[in-house]
Amino acid sequence: MALGDEARATKWRDPLAEGFGPLTRHEAAIEANRCLYCFDAPCTHACPTHIDIPRFIKKLATGNLLGSAKTILESNLLGATCARVCPVQELCEGTCVLGADKNPISIGRLQRFATDSVHSDLFSAGEPTGMKVAVVGSGPASLSCAGELAKLGHSVTIFEKRPLPGGLSTYGIISIREPTEVAIGEAEMISRLGVHFAYGVEVESIDELHESFDAIFLGLGLGATPDLQIPGEELIEDGLSYIEKSKVDRESLRVGTHVAVIGAGNTAIDCATIAKRLGAKTVTMVYRRSENEMTAYQHEYEFIRKEGIEFEFLAQPVGVIADGGRIKGLLCARMELGEPDETGRRSPIQAPGTSFVIEVDQVVKAIGQKKPFLNVDTHNGFVAVTEDFETSKAGVFAGGDCIRSRGAASTVMAVQDGKLAAIAIDKRLRGMAREVL
Amino acid sequence: MSADLKCNFAGIKSPNPFWLASAPPSNTGAQVHKAFESGWGGAVWKTIGPPVLNVSNRYGSWSHNGQKMVGINNVELISDRPIEINLREISEVKRAWPDRAVIVSAMVESTPDAWREIVHQIEDTGADGIELNYGCPHGMSERGMGSAVGQVPEYCEQITSWVKNESRIPVIVKLTPNISNIVGPARAALAGGADAISLINTLNSITGVDLDSFEISPNIGGKGGHGGYAGPAVKPIALNMLAAVASDDIIKASGIPVSAMGGIATWRDAAEFFLLGARSVQVCTAVMHYGFRIIEDLCDGLTNWMDSKGFESLGDFCGLSLDRISAFQDFDLSFKAAARIDSTKCIKCDLCYIACNDAAHQCIDLVSSNGDRVQPGFNIRSSGRYEAVESRPQPIVREDACVGCRLCYNVCPVEGCIEMVEVPTGRASVTWGEITQSRPEITQSWEAMKRYRHEVGIEIH
Repeated sequence: MALGDEARATKWRDPLAEGFGPLTRHEAAIEANRCLYCFDAPCTHACPTHIDIPRFIKKLATGNLLGSAKTILESNLLGATCARVCPVQELCEGTCVLGADKNPISIGRLQRFATDSVHSDLFSAGEPTGMKVAVVGSGPASLSCAGELAKLGHSVTIFEKRPLPGGLSTYGIISIREPTEVAIGEAEMISRLGVHFAYGVEVESIDELHESFDAIFLGLGLGATPDLQIPGEELIEDGLSYIEKSKVDRESLRVGTHVAVIGAGNTAIDCATIAKRLGAKTVTMVYRRSENEMTAYQHEYEFIRKEGIEFEFLAQPVGVIADGGRIKGLLCARMELGEPDETGRRSPIQAPGTSFVIEVDQVVKAIGQKKPFLNVDTHNGFVAVTEDFETSKAGVFAGGDCIRSRGAASTVMAVQDGKLAAIAIDKRLRGMAREVL
Repeated sequence: MSADLKCNFAGIKSPNPFWLASAPPSNTGAQVHKAFESGWGGAVWKTIGPPVLNVSNRYGSWSHNGQKMVGINNVELISDRPIEINLREISEVKRAWPDRAVIVSAMVESTPDAWREIVHQIEDTGADGIELNYGCPHGMSERGMGSAVGQVPEYCEQITSWVKNESRIPVIVKLTPNISNIVGPARAALAGGADAISLINTLNSITGVDLDSFEISPNIGGKGGHGGYAGPAVKPIALNMLAAVASDDIIKASGIPVSAMGGIATWRDAAEFFLLGARSVQVCTAVMHYGFRIIEDLCDGLTNWMDSKGFESLGDFCGLSLDRISAFQDFDLSFKAAARIDSTKCIKCDLCYIACNDAAHQCIDLVSSNGDRVQPGFNIRSSGRYEAVESRPQPIVREDACVGCRLCYNVCPVEGCIEMVEVPTGRASVTWGEITQSRPEITQSWEAMKRYRHEVGIEIH
């Protein structure tokens, strides 16, 4: 019996299976016909990659699926990922003129319908230019940049230190929102454009790499979760690896009975959801500020409240209580909010003598990511780039989370970085080619 | 006090003016029973006549933007049930429903004997009236019946007079729209002695071609052909034909009533037909789409509307808009309207902007929040909800340039957002007819036209 058959026989459904079902053709047609086909549409403006949204939706309405998918992917090669992970309320759908009646077009779901419906290759590699570009990392920024460069005829090699492509899309986004196959499928599409993928290769020196390539694009993302610097830290699970295991190595993921998740961003929310759906009796999110300062999107916060996850606001973890390597609880100090900091959010201040224990047997931390270490100039710890996404080293470009000083809409912003960087790299390489001639 | 929907049409009485048109919904006694139970005021029985055999598929339909059956066509013939069964069921239905209008549609070979026989058969059922089907555009017309009669006024008159010579019950002549001027056959029916007219029958049509099989829709064993088109899509054509007949001097002077049909799906549609002179209305496609139950809102909606307007009976508003029907040459050339966009209602879809600029008279501008006229488009580095919404300009009409074509009004998706406002021109009222009479040179020479425009102050952009 094949695995799928067994699952069907027992009516087992993966608790982390993609949350929204796909639209049926009929549902998509009704929704597509509802679109007003605005001129110079605000949704297209709001989309960081400026997909011509009314155009792709009207193509859906006329049954031109191929044209619809192509319209999306022309502006955004990772349209299938973005259809799933974009905070559409903050972007396209948030501007829909029908939103005045509280019923904007479901642009994300239509985009998913279009991109999932087409399985043939819509683009081909451009006329070879003879120029070589190295792309470091294979997350959304890198795939976008590599794909666009391949379409323009450049020879591209992606260096990825991990065994699978896709970066955070593959490893770091809960499968309820994006199953691994989607991100890997996009990388395969990029690969069919002639982009070479070198897996398990960690680039140590940009300068050395530059000797063999005409240009470099760095799409490294960010690093591991930073240390909390509290006693018992070694017993705490890393949030990103928690999500990663849930997606690519479920067997190895150990989920506690009572779980505390430290942090209140979107990664923390994904970790809490995984714990809850995979069997934890209680999941408590621990955050040192209050509800108002959370960085998670409002819709994510509403989602997680419905999942039955509890919150401990204004609580600063100060130590892990353990017995023989087994966690017994998370010791926290009660906080108060002080003056706004440089981000405009009120800073938490520890209220003296108010420590308390949350009784848990597993602690997961998701408190952001370390900034990348690279041999290029940085700004606030992120890679500094010009308007054209060029770093302090000539011919070395960068995009995605490693240059982003704010985390909002990071996937689609990364795709746009990659696309714009590809345009700048192409311009540079063609200039170089002319000089040689 | 609630409006009275009672209808007296050429002496045929019904509790409301909504009749099933002669069509598939009135094919059997069981169906008409059910329709009357649902509240229909009358039914025109599906046409009876000579023996026929039907084909399948019979119905093609046209869907638009996800709305199914905006128009339906059919290649179905008259009733294919044995005539005795139809006649028996008609008399049973009429006996069971004495207060409802039961009218029998008929179509036979064009001989006096054939018509005499069917008229007497129909009268024997106790039916309230006969409708002569001069309209069917397919199948029967190839056999010299239906629209083959309706398209030739002489035939209309002759057959009508044969029937009138035999019939003691009212005779309604149903006209085909597949003709360049429907007034001709209407007058012919009148000349033949008809008691009433009904219109329109279906229009010649092909609903589509299948893009995979390349078959005609509906596909009849690999073939297809024209069928009779009906449904919401034909309503404007039916309204025009009703107005043409109802405002014709000869028809008007005769007082002959018109029962109207063609795309009536709601009480609103029906009210429009009444305002253009209909005295009863007939419905088919909407029943084929949704069933007999739609009669409830047809009556309820019409009653409420009549109450809101202070109309106590159908006679209070039948033909009320008819005297507004006018020839182009009698329109006032000095009347001017201009579009005005209510920025508090506008959702900035910019459909008015693109329609005006690409397809009309280029008089809508996009204006930024600081009052600058701006071009469409955005900086590709700009994104996000806030930037897209905050920077979105407002479409504004340059009223002095607006010709009042009303295209923007028609495309605007928001109720009450664009208003066509009457703009005083200061010019004396004048019609093309009057100009033709008093200063014919203006209608013949561009130079004279130029001078006239200058004289009265008409500027063309």
